[in-house]
Amino acid sequence: MANLEINIGKLQLKNPVMTASGTFGYGSEYSDFLDLSRIGGIIVKGTTIRARQGNPYPRMAETSSGMLNAVGLQNKGVDYFINHIYPTVKDIDTNLIVNVSGSTVEEYVETAEKLNSLENIQAIELNISCPNVKEGGMAFGTNCLSAAQVVRAVRMAYKKELIVKLSPNVTDISEIALAVEAEGADSVSLINTVLGMAIDSEKRKPVLSTITGGLSGPAIKPIALRMVWEVARAVKIPVIGLGGIMNAADAIEFILAGASAIQIGTANFIDPTVTIKVIDGINDYLERHHYLSVNEIIGALEDI
Amino acid sequence: MKKYMLDLILKENKILSNQYNLLILTSNEKIPEILPGQFAEVRVDGSPTTFLRRPISIHYVDYELNELWLLIQIKGDGTKRLANMTAGESLNILVPLGNSFNEPMNKEARILLVGGGCGVAPLLYLGANLKKSGFQVNFLLGARTKDDLIELCEYERFGNVFTTTEDGSHGEQGFVTQHSVLNDSDFNYFYTCGPTPMMKAVARHAVNAKANCEVSLENTMACGIGACLCCVTDTTEGHVCVCTEGPVFNITKLKWQI
Repeated sequence: MANLEINIGKLQLKNPVMTASGTFGYGSEYSDFLDLSRIGGIIVKGTTIRARQGNPYPRMAETSSGMLNAVGLQNKGVDYFINHIYPTVKDIDTNLIVNVSGSTVEEYVETAEKLNSLENIQAIELNISCPNVKEGGMAFGTNCLSAAQVVRAVRMAYKKELIVKLSPNVTDISEIALAVEAEGADSVSLINTVLGMAIDSEKRKPVLSTITGGLSGPAIKPIALRMVWEVARAVKIPVIGLGGIMNAADAIEFILAGASAIQIGTANFIDPTVTIKVIDGINDYLERHHYLSVNEIIGALEDI
Repeated sequence: MKKYMLDLILKENKILSNQYNLLILTSNEKIPEILPGQFAEVRVDGSPTTFLRRPISIHYVDYELNELWLLIQIKGDGTKRLANMTAGESLNILVPLGNSFNEPMNKEARILLVGGGCGVAPLLYLGANLKKSGFQVNFLLGARTKDDLIELCEYERFGNVFTTTEDGSHGEQGFVTQHSVLNDSDFNYFYTCGPTPMMKAVARHAVNAKANCEVSLENTMACGIGACLCCVTDTTEGHVCVCTEGPVFNITKLKWQI
């Protein structure tokens, strides 16, 4: 058995496999299928200061090797999370991380402040990259100044591990990563979904109620891998890689490209036990290549 | 109810018409308890364009023979692949998912199960369970032509069967909501599944008759277990997931204009 433990700043993970926000609910949705305590970290659904109804149906379109979604941050608000959901999940033996979103800087700050006091939440993931909301979300993450502004404000208010989730819908993702690193982000996660669109040619109408949505799944993996590689070379803080990871080989590619940990999203919909298979597969890879620890392969990509 | 991921084995693939197949699945393990109205998320292997699982109604469960039946309507590449499966192949499913139909409190309830197209799928298992509970069961099944009215003898095992076809080739001509049995009998409990316009017409009839009505929705889904929030419908309690709060809804909860 190789050592799978890794650190993301102050966070200690038993292995580098986490679940991506919005694909794993609050964990409990999957508890019939797997032992949640085996997962390195669970990033719970995007949470906002007030309850949000999200976008109208239809919110999803299947695509070649992926899916578009336009959920629009449906959630019951941070107070509901603290009072009703947190007590039911706080004792799961894993790292619970809350994905935080907002329409204004103040909303991000207020939500983060409320999460400060939760003993078993050691980190938040700041979502400045949701493509499916009219205000805020991705608008913050596609511009260095606004990304820096929201991270600076949240950094003042939130004392624990601050992960910032980056949008791929930019010209140069490294610039944004450097901007949030300069404002005190402890780590970055990337990529969020890629803005896309689907049309029903028979009806001559868009498929999604919002017309555009976020593309996820293996269709975006090469884009995600390239961006993780670029960002890992640009910043000093740890990078968490995600985007279309379906199996252990995909996960190892991201780690070799420089990710200290990875997140699995859309693959959970196809196989609810995929996280366990990826954890076991990373161990098999390390043993096969005679590595003692996963840390030895972080950024270990060699020249061609 | 505990959910399972199972690899079932195809025992028999019955071709029912040029667009419907019945997959009779079995397992070396005992098939878990499944309620009428619940569904399975089926993984489609060997179809490159099919990425997500397909939500498919439980058509029937035979606990004595350890069989689970899925009715497949061939619509795209995924369902075509399912329809081409051969006996002995395995099928990976998540089951049982979603809520279930509610039985009437009153044993004297006058029940009508109304199905159209592939929407008939959950009604067979519902009818079987209602009959077992001592209710008198009536089915009203609609299709375009008689070739699309499938397995009528299966429904006849559990109750009276009335039919409509759009071309008049079987039963009364027209849509299900035009069938004379609706006027002749005074039903007070409706269950329906099928195309949305049909379900809305049934719901309208039920509201006018001051009858109870449960509908089973077929929204497109990704996860099937309440995690992705893609399959929502608008209700009196806001957006809720059809995969966990449904697929069965009492029409009083839906925000349908009827």
